[in-house]
Amino acid sequence: MNATPDARTYTRTAVSLHWLIAALIVVALVMGWVMTDMGITPLRLKMFNWHKWVGITVLWLAALRILWRVTHRPPAMVPMPAWQRFAAHSLHGVLYLLMLAQPLVGWIYSNASGYPIVYLRLVRLPDLVARNKLLAERMQELHGTLGLVLAIVIALHMLAALKHHLVNRDDTLRRMLPWLP
Amino acid sequence: MKALAPLALAGAIAITALALAADARIDVAHSTIKATFRQESVPVEAPFRKFSGHISYDASNPAGSTASIDVETGSFDMGDPAYNAEVRKKTWFDSDAFPLASFRSSAVRAISATRFEATGSLFIKGRSLNVTVPITMVAAGGKTAFDGTLPVSRQAFGIGDPVWNDVIDDQVNVSFHLINADH
Repeated sequence: MNATPDARTYTRTAVSLHWLIAALIVVALVMGWVMTDMGITPLRLKMFNWHKWVGITVLWLAALRILWRVTHRPPAMVPMPAWQRFAAHSLHGVLYLLMLAQPLVGWIYSNASGYPIVYLRLVRLPDLVARNKLLAERMQELHGTLGLVLAIVIALHMLAALKHHLVNRDDTLRRMLPWLP
Repeated sequence: MKALAPLALAGAIAITALALAADARIDVAHSTIKATFRQESVPVEAPFRKFSGHISYDASNPAGSTASIDVETGSFDMGDPAYNAEVRKKTWFDSDAFPLASFRSSAVRAISATRFEATGSLFIKGRSLNVTVPITMVAAGGKTAFDGTLPVSRQAFGIGDPVWNDVIDDQVNVSFHLINADH
């Protein structure tokens, strides 16, 4: 099932998780961007809840992704200068960190503001912190900053992948998109 | 002049008694009134920061007991300036036109040694409904606290535009923990 179809690509599980998480992060970022500028309407309230659900889903999937990553050897990188290898690894490290940190900061921000998270309207998640106005303000700021950093890191990650594919014409992107011609 | 002395004394006693009665007021610093409601299944709790009134209970004469509470609708604190401004608007509390939400008891009935019911009028946003509030007396630092929760329908008082109905539950639970000030 999860056998590597080709040692040069990531496992199907890793590929699925990667793209699913990528899509959810984009949705969460766009929602976060839009909803915070909205007036107080029922839609805004719904968006906040959906945003939280998407973010919490990213948290679960990212944890799964990291677990998979440490238990499954990724395909070898294409030959490249040491600084590029280092840059790629660093960027991936920051991405993994942000995929966990950003949802957690959002969760703390929500709780500190006095709002528990009821995941998918089904499960009330435990409160990580008690209501705390000062903490809520700090977390609001941090959540916004991390969102911006995450968007920039994702852009760099995409640009690097596209550069490998279009400029270097190597197999870097194919490792994560095996069906690419 | 001497003839006036007893009168003056009676007057002084009456004034003292009035002052005492007036003093038997709720100690706002140690009391809370808060509303709990659900939005998209998420329970949200927010306090009213300003309220006043009195509550007394005489177990030997429950019928003679009274409760009268005034809550400043503009003091509802959701912890966010934008939301606080929103709930004061016309479609919600309309705090400019109706600054106070009040409860005036008309009948008090004992249930047990520590519980009683206060029936009376609940005035919110220009409307009045007859409600019965169950109240439990609990010891609180050498004093008696009057605790209870009253479910209130937003729609019954026209609080919130109907567009919010699928996001915010109609039922809002107003819970209170009231302690009288020393006198």
